[in-house]
Amino acid sequence: MTMPNKSPPADCGWQHQILSTLKRSGVEIIAYVPDAAHSVAIREANEDPDTTAVSCTTEEEGIAICAGAHLGGKRAAMLMQSSGVGNCINMLSLISMCRFPLLVLVTMRGEWAEFNPWQSPMGQVTEQSLGLMGVRCFRAEQANEVLTQLEGASDSAFNGDQACALILGQRLIGRKAWVK
Amino acid sequence: MSILNRRDAVARLLKGRKEALVVTGLGAPSYDVMAAGDHDSNFYLWGAMGGAAMVGLGLALSQPGRTVLVLTGDGEQLMGMGGFATIGVAKPDNLVLIVLNNEHFGETGMQPSHTGQGVDLVAVAKACGFTSSERILDETGIEKLCASMHLRDGPIYAEMVIGTDEPERVLPPRDGVFIKNRFRKSLGLASI
Repeated sequence: MTMPNKSPPADCGWQHQILSTLKRSGVEIIAYVPDAAHSVAIREANEDPDTTAVSCTTEEEGIAICAGAHLGGKRAAMLMQSSGVGNCINMLSLISMCRFPLLVLVTMRGEWAEFNPWQSPMGQVTEQSLGLMGVRCFRAEQANEVLTQLEGASDSAFNGDQACALILGQRLIGRKAWVK
Repeated sequence: MSILNRRDAVARLLKGRKEALVVTGLGAPSYDVMAAGDHDSNFYLWGAMGGAAMVGLGLALSQPGRTVLVLTGDGEQLMGMGGFATIGVAKPDNLVLIVLNNEHFGETGMQPSHTGQGVDLVAVAKACGFTSSERILDETGIEKLCASMHLRDGPIYAEMVIGTDEPERVLPPRDGVFIKNRFRKSLGLASI
C-alpha cells in the first residue's frame, strides 16, 4: 500500500468563523451530524448559551428540524458531510414543496486527495444531488473565501428565501491523517 | 387489548389542545386531524415520510412557550426511528409525540408493520430518554394525556392503540406554501 503524500497542514482558522458568522446571520439552532471538519463549529455551538445544538442520528432529521424551526420563527442551519447529502434526498421535498429557506453546510469527502474510496461515489455527486432537489450550491475552496461565501449563502437562504448549501471543498479542509 | 376509534380519539385529544401547535404525519393521521376541524396552527405533511417528529422538534425548539403535538402513524414513525434518540437527547419539554398505532401501513394497502410483530415503540421511547412513554387504550388515557401534555415536562411519547378501519378521507390542504404561511401567520410571523 502506498501512503498518501504529505502536504503542509491546512489553514483551519476558517473553522472558527463558522459559528460566529451563522450567529451574525441570526441562526440560533444548529442541527448536525458530526464531521471532523465541522468539529470546531459543533463544539462552539454546544458551548454557546445562545445557540441550541441538536445532534442528529441521520442528516435528513436536520432538514426537517430546520423546516420546523422556520415554522416557529427561528433560523436554523444544518452541518453535515458530503456522504450525508444522500440521506437527505426525499426530505428535501419538504423544503421545496413548502418553500422553506434552508442553509446547509457540507464538508466534502471523496473529491480531493481522498484515501478512502468508499467516500467517492457520494462525494462526486454531492452538488448534483443537491441541485436536482432544488438546493443552490455555494462553494469555498480557499480559507479566505469561507466567510464571504457563508454570508452569501446565508443571505440567499434567509433573505432570498432559497434553499442553499455551502460546499466546503476537501482541499480547503486538508488531508486526513490516516496513520497516526 | 381494547381498541380506540381513531377519529374519536384524535377529536377528543384535540378538544384539549388549547394553544398547542400541531404537526401531522402523512396519510391517515393528517385526515384524522383534518376531520377534527381545520386549524391555522396545524401543519399537515403530505410527504417527507419519517420527518413529522423532526419538524415537531424544530418547532418545539423555536417555540419553547407552546406545546407542540406531533400526530403520526406507526409506519411514518418507524421510518424515523433515529428521531427517538435525537428527541431523547435534545429533551424539548414542550414536545408531545403521539403515534396512532394500527400496526399496519394503511395508506399503501394495509400491509402489516413492525409494531404488530414485536417492535415496541413505547419501550423505544423510554429507552431513548422520553420523560414519559405510555400506551393509551381508552378514553381515560386520552383524558390523562390532555392534562399532562400542557405541563411542559416532556418530551412525552404516547401511543394510541387503534383499529385498522379506514374512515372516509377528509383531506387537508396540500399546498405546502399555503399551509406554512398560514401556520406562521397564526404565530404573528410574516411569510418570509
